[in-house]
Amino acid sequence: MNRRHRFRLSAVVAVSTAAAFTLAACSSSSSPSATGTTGATGTASAGSSTAPLTASAPGITATTITIGSHQPLTGPAAPGYSEIAPASAAYFAYVNAHGGVYGRDIDYKYLDDAYNPTQTATVVRQLVLQDNVYAIFDGLGTPTHLAVESFLNAQKVPDVFVASGCDCWDQPTTDPETFGWQLDYIREGKILGQYIAQHFKGKKVGYFYQDDEFGMDGVKGLDYEIPSSMVVSRQSYVDTNVNVAPQVAALRASGAQVVVSFSIPAFTALLKLTSLKLGFSPTLVVSNVGSDPITLSGLLESFAKQGGATVNGNSLTDGMITDSYAPSLGDASNSWIALFKKVHAQYDAKAPFDGNVLYGMGVAYTFVQAMLKAGRNPTRADLVNAINGGLQQGPLVAPYAYSMTDHDGVTGAYIGVINNGALTPEGPVLTTDTSATGAITSYTGTQPTAPASGIPAP
Amino acid sequence: MIVSTLPRRLAVVIVVAVIVAFLSIKLNAFRDYQIAEVAYEVTAVAGLTVLTGLSGQISLGHGAFMAIGGYTTALILLHLNWPFIAALLIAAVVTAAAGAVVGVAAARLRGPYLAGATLMLGVALPAVAYAYPATFGGDQGLNVVFTTPAFLGANFPLTRWQAWVGAAVALVTLLLLANLCYSRIGRNWRAVRDDDVAAALDGINVALARIRAFVVSATCAGVAGSLLAVITALVAPGAYTLTLSIALLTAAVIGGLGSLPGALWGSLLIILVPTYASDVATSHGLSSSVGSNIPVAAYGVILILVMLAFPQGIQGGLRRLVALFAGPMNRENEPVATPEHSEKEGSS
Repeated sequence: MNRRHRFRLSAVVAVSTAAAFTLAACSSSSSPSATGTTGATGTASAGSSTAPLTASAPGITATTITIGSHQPLTGPAAPGYSEIAPASAAYFAYVNAHGGVYGRDIDYKYLDDAYNPTQTATVVRQLVLQDNVYAIFDGLGTPTHLAVESFLNAQKVPDVFVASGCDCWDQPTTDPETFGWQLDYIREGKILGQYIAQHFKGKKVGYFYQDDEFGMDGVKGLDYEIPSSMVVSRQSYVDTNVNVAPQVAALRASGAQVVVSFSIPAFTALLKLTSLKLGFSPTLVVSNVGSDPITLSGLLESFAKQGGATVNGNSLTDGMITDSYAPSLGDASNSWIALFKKVHAQYDAKAPFDGNVLYGMGVAYTFVQAMLKAGRNPTRADLVNAINGGLQQGPLVAPYAYSMTDHDGVTGAYIGVINNGALTPEGPVLTTDTSATGAITSYTGTQPTAPASGIPAP
Repeated sequence: MIVSTLPRRLAVVIVVAVIVAFLSIKLNAFRDYQIAEVAYEVTAVAGLTVLTGLSGQISLGHGAFMAIGGYTTALILLHLNWPFIAALLIAAVVTAAAGAVVGVAAARLRGPYLAGATLMLGVALPAVAYAYPATFGGDQGLNVVFTTPAFLGANFPLTRWQAWVGAAVALVTLLLLANLCYSRIGRNWRAVRDDDVAAALDGINVALARIRAFVVSATCAGVAGSLLAVITALVAPGAYTLTLSIALLTAAVIGGLGSLPGALWGSLLIILVPTYASDVATSHGLSSSVGSNIPVAAYGVILILVMLAFPQGIQGGLRRLVALFAGPMNRENEPVATPEHSEKEGSS
């Protein structure tokens, strides 16, 4: 009996000592990631200044800029969105191969959070506290990124170009480090809402939206423009429950002729398939984040296959109305599409060239633009100040809102209709603000052409 | 024996506390965060291993109790601004009450029926947060503000403080559990687990013993949920999915059912393997579609290997190894009887 107890004591001590070794061993294993540094090392020295490159901030050395991100590489939001970070990495590889940012290579380390906010909390702490990234770039998702927004601001880590259109990134006084990039959902809701109010006068409208800031911001914008008498049903879903039959049945029962959907791609596909099953065929108006035709078509076909049916994805997305703040993928004359197609063919050819890839490259371009503006040896504050000073319009069709007092990204989009798996623009680029009364106006400027080198001018 | 075990356990707790304090100062801030994660995990797993290993009941819904503890803590810190220790204690009391309610139902169910009932709890309860978004913040949950106390100075890293708080709570929980398991209550649990009819004939109130086990186990999960809330500074339904409940059970089984040191082993694996595996995956430049699935695969492989090599879990395997090296003169102490007997730690 006595021996047993001695044994137990020694076992616990052994366990804890071994635990100590395990932890110690792990902490030494944080070797730098190879992701995103597939290109050649920087050789050209950009800019006229010849000041030596220094380790001017955490994550910046004389040769590299390490940035991090949390992305849904697995889980409910992975279909489609998991292509975004590799596309950004592909653009960074292109930049690295063409001289880098003032000669520094960008090392982009993105970790999987499975679209689960608790996992986001862990991976972002790993990136900031252990891997010492310079900035968190393009962290994807509204519920996920909200879990780390205050942590990043408390740590004074630049939190740039969140991959979500929640208006919550625009809080320069409380969250000065955080910046949006894509069209925020309130502006988007207003633009889609105005279109519906004008083109479907007198029709019954139903809402289908994700039950979080994403869906609710979108609904807010829609409600600014669509008279409440037109709205006959408001149905929400949660991304962890794939059964949307009750919501679709309610929409059908309400007699909705037009359904507006603020949903992620998987749920747009579920909405479409469930409607089909219930013999319900309203005109679908879908938010940009849930309407990429190539992603949707693939999802529709694979979901239908799981259910034992065969469908033609492209014919199911035909006639879907949506909006876009990026040039149309099919627009071969657009210099940005040509540039990103070239980078895609060279560095990311395995992924289809779809809206997600365009997104990943566009946001990566904007980051390089901001880094070049931040200077040769930037501190973390320099990057934030550079963006606060405003960024020139680039791959997106409307200008950015960035200023000291506004951290929203792009300010407008155009309406388009999906035909045979491609987006056909309809009407001009519309810009607006996030207020209830702010007018929606046609944008009169023109999008600048992409630089011939493919890299923004410093 | 009763006189000698408590000081012994206290000594173990102090040794572990010193090691944790040393590690937390020596290692980087993210490792501190992981120590805190291991602390909440071990708190919950210890409660579950007692429930399943000692009283013979299964729970596939312990994530729900963690959710109750987490949301209680968040709401108290958010609306009442009480100190964390008060929130922790109230969270423990609230989950104990919830555990009692579930325990009453559980005492009547066995095997697959109990598994089914607790599974339902684990799946359904987090959905309450979606039903009342005004109170629980819906999908994105509630932010929890947890800061280092002023006396440690402004520059004291928050993660180190989280590691200390987590380790302190986990060690106190383990100490209390260890004492409880070797008390009359713990002996009754083992008697009920091995043969409830015989236990009843011996005058043990079987239903009461089962409910007690559920209350104790749920309280541990509630305390763990409370820790999780302040460690991640967030409570959101996405944290308390079925995956979490299953992961807790996995940790208990890998470590060795019914063994408290085993709970620590299992928790270390659950917390450290995914990060380590994803580090390895990214540093070898694997494509993201392969790399992002490596942690899940590594987890599965380790589970299979451990179960093949040590059917009694890591702690059972260690015990066997020690017995092997201790030589034949101590053979009689080696657990050679039926599997049920060999997992009975402390059958001495």
